[in-house]
Amino acid sequence: MAKVKGSIVVDIEKCKGCEVCMPACPQDVIRLAEEVNGKGYHYAHMANPDACIGCANCAIVCPDGVITVYRKKVDA
Amino acid sequence: MAEKITNNDIVQEENLVYKKTDLLTDKSLSYCPGCGHGTAHRLVMEVIEELNAQEETIGIAPVGCSVLAYEFMDIDMQQAAHGRAPALATAIKRLYPEKYVFTYQGDGDLAAIGTAETIHACNRGENITIIFVNNGIYGMTGGQMAPTTLPGMKSSTSPYGRDVETMGSPLKMTELVAQLPGTYFVSRQAVHTPSAVRKAKKAIKKAFENQKLKKGLSFVEIVSNCNSGWKMTPNQSNKWMVDNMFPYYPLGDIKVPEE
Repeated sequence: MAKVKGSIVVDIEKCKGCEVCMPACPQDVIRLAEEVNGKGYHYAHMANPDACIGCANCAIVCPDGVITVYRKKVDA
Repeated sequence: MAEKITNNDIVQEENLVYKKTDLLTDKSLSYCPGCGHGTAHRLVMEVIEELNAQEETIGIAPVGCSVLAYEFMDIDMQQAAHGRAPALATAIKRLYPEKYVFTYQGDGDLAAIGTAETIHACNRGENITIIFVNNGIYGMTGGQMAPTTLPGMKSSTSPYGRDVETMGSPLKMTELVAQLPGTYFVSRQAVHTPSAVRKAKKAIKKAFENQKLKKGLSFVEIVSNCNSGWKMTPNQSNKWMVDNMFPYYPLGDIKVPEE
């Protein structure tokens, strides 16, 4: 059966760590990083990348538009 | 069994699902973390991109938090005096009737100092689009009470909560303008969840497409959060908005043209 695997790329320097993407993720993939960016914000990253399905919900609610989403079909 | 897919295999141009529209500039938004303004900006720009109207759109920036909208929206913009965006939009639309003209205003701009301009532009039925971002507070100046502040809601100028006896009830601008014969499409949306964002985008798209019909003004209110002004985290403020703002400002289309 074909499965989809997703991935997000966060523009780290523009992320403000508002956490709005976290409840939007149905797969509980996103967490804030331990590290901070140049502005001092903990930025969003994929803490659980294997679970991402590339639904783009996080990118759609991101107020700063820092998330880019990719999705690929894979044969499992 | 296929070999293990790595992250680099997925992050390729052909697998792209979603990226920020190029109609938003690469400047970092001046809004507080979690503010709905950013999402609202992006939706407007996505709609203009879908209509392929970057060259045919003129936006009017207000006074308030979104005063710098012209820095972020990569289209022709004007910046109006406080509250006067619908008047400026009227002039621009009459000079350039074939262009898409929209105003982007907050509640301090549209529902307070600009009430007269808003109501008269709606009443005249100008063929423009008004995007009204309502967060129930004056965000930019430090969280003062706005006409849209909820009863009992605390702000820096109503520290014991808005008292309806002395301060009046919140002004429902959207319901008000829906009564006027000049408005063609009136809707209230939000941008706090993915499904709400998708619905809001549909409403904004309709509001822009209506300009070509020349049947009147399209008005879209976006109920938003002001986590800094409400003294909450962004997710707390979104929840507070659902629990408190939505009962008073219910979402949905308020005036839909008959097909």
